[in-house]
Amino acid sequence: MPVLTYLEAIRLAMLEEMEKDERVFILGEDVGIYGGAFRVTAGFLEKFGEGRVIDTPVSETAIVGAAIGASLMGMRPIAEMQFIDFIGCCFNQLVNYAAKSRFRWGGGVPIVVRGPCGGGVHGGPFHSQNPEAFFMNVPGLKIVAPGTAADAKGLMTAAIRDPDPVIYLEHKFLYRRIKEDVPEGELVVPIGKARLARWGKDLSIVTYAAMLHVALEAAEAAAKEGIEVEVLDLRTLLPLDEEAILTTAAKTGKVIVLHEATRTGGPGGEIAALISERAFEYLDAPIVRMAPPDTPVPYSPPLEEYFLPNAEKVGKAIRALHEY
Amino acid sequence: MSAPVLTPRPPAGQLSREQLLELYRFMKLNRMVEEKLTNLYRQGKVVGGLYRSLGQEACSVGSAYALERGDIFTPMIRNLGAIFVRGGRPRDVFAQYMAKASGPTRGRDLNVHFGWLSEDGSMPSVISMLGDMIPILTGAVIAERMKGKKTVALNWIGDGGTSTGAFHEGFNLACVQKAPLVLIVENNKYAYSTPTSKQTANTRFVDRAAAYGCFGEQVDGNDVLAVYEATRRAIERARAGRGPTLIEADTMRMRGHAEHDDMKYVPTAMLEQWAARDPIPRYEKRLIAAHVATQEELDQVVARIDAALQDDLAAAEASSMPDPESGLDGVYADRPVAPPTPLIVVEWEARKDRR
Repeated sequence: MPVLTYLEAIRLAMLEEMEKDERVFILGEDVGIYGGAFRVTAGFLEKFGEGRVIDTPVSETAIVGAAIGASLMGMRPIAEMQFIDFIGCCFNQLVNYAAKSRFRWGGGVPIVVRGPCGGGVHGGPFHSQNPEAFFMNVPGLKIVAPGTAADAKGLMTAAIRDPDPVIYLEHKFLYRRIKEDVPEGELVVPIGKARLARWGKDLSIVTYAAMLHVALEAAEAAAKEGIEVEVLDLRTLLPLDEEAILTTAAKTGKVIVLHEATRTGGPGGEIAALISERAFEYLDAPIVRMAPPDTPVPYSPPLEEYFLPNAEKVGKAIRALHEY
Repeated sequence: MSAPVLTPRPPAGQLSREQLLELYRFMKLNRMVEEKLTNLYRQGKVVGGLYRSLGQEACSVGSAYALERGDIFTPMIRNLGAIFVRGGRPRDVFAQYMAKASGPTRGRDLNVHFGWLSEDGSMPSVISMLGDMIPILTGAVIAERMKGKKTVALNWIGDGGTSTGAFHEGFNLACVQKAPLVLIVENNKYAYSTPTSKQTANTRFVDRAAAYGCFGEQVDGNDVLAVYEATRRAIERARAGRGPTLIEADTMRMRGHAEHDDMKYVPTAMLEQWAARDPIPRYEKRLIAAHVATQEELDQVVARIDAALQDDLAAAEASSMPDPESGLDGVYADRPVAPPTPLIVVEWEARKDRR
């Protein structure tokens, strides 16, 4: 199996789908001659030409709007946000057109809107956000957030082939830090299915994306103290894999929901509510939400390190919950 | 899939008698459907608001009539006439306004918010947020170009809608891409209660064409043949790969924003002045003066429309409201709802022999 970085896995999935399916094309800012701000589409222009790798004006509304229009005409566009923070600029196109189109009049919008999310790289308030919670309240959208290279590839393939609009959140901290074996050829990770990333019996951490690695590191440390932590990697945030969440909650009876989106109104609240509605009798302790405080993502390294969850903070929460 | 055969539309001066009368019929149909809807509204049978295009019928009908088979269009709230030109049925519009299950959205959305996808000419459904359809139609025709087709898209926007960011972003992208898009700015003088002078410091909307680097034309929006001809030229340029045209149509909204709005903010003298320019009587006089039709013949056109609309209205009123739980379907592809019939097919079948 070839060893790929998380970024190479995303790139390869798009490349393979574009080779297989002429309906797939890319549009965004600096995706062509420059190959994308993070080089995710490096070499695409040379391979596929200007017709299928479209450098656009600095216009997120036009990028997503054009993707929607093309998808209605049978294409499978991939729209890049240079940083996912800029998805706020095209919120209306996504929420009011893409998400509601099929419901309103039967016009399906099979688009992928992808871009780098997340902190840990000192990008400050506008190059570090995790916008999933903004969109989890929007029926009609799907949201995926891979944490491994294999999932990055498999979820991208699934997102491109999906008949509905998918927001694909790629964590920039993982781009070149994650390097692993990725099966060659066809790899499709179904949207809406979580993955058990680590088996445990004492408590569960439900997480995704970069926080998956924080959870695994903390679980490794806890194992040395005799605490067996189970880690569930959600992979998809909309729709949530309710069965997988309830299964792990019922099994261990103690749950930490860990994410990088800020706390209030974040995905953790929804997951905690799901567990308390449907697995209350199995719980041995209150559900714990671990998330950054309700502030914008700060820039300076000491500020950002304080802001983000890490293995040490999660370790403390594991011990406290274990002793509850 | 076979590409539709494109037959260039004739210049306004070469329209046949039949075509000239068809323009008349569509403008009358537009107005008469809205009059019937106004009655329904007053009887409390319309769910929500009613948006009239009184005085603007020429803008919708003249422009849509210049489209070819396969072309894409998205009407705005005051472009009901364009939907009829492209094959939409009055009974669907009545049902839609009454939130019936038989309406094209099965009660999921309101007024002219419906659409269809068809090789013969798609109508992507409009949404309420103004300007949003400009980037969407731009993407649609870029996609058509990628497939090697020469499809053109037509969209309308009001003077108010030109102030949105989506207008700028979408139209700028269209011009950069030389996309085959024709945009009609219907300058109807008011956006709800806001006059154009509070919308923009330069109320000559056609000036924007130079700013975006595309073609620009100004047209008397109350002259159906002038609107047809300006749109036809713009479509011809777009299809030849010469990029977008912005057409400013000078017209006037003769009713309030919606029927609840008494529009006291519009000076009476202004309404009187524009009433004299009403596009329908103007066109009637022209047809009679040019011996295209007699008054009696035009009256017969109206009588036939009225009879048909009575049937449409009765059918729509008699149809049922949606099953409450049916609203859970169609959010995602895995719980599908049958899409609306592409109405244009019926229209083109009826008209194909004449093209």
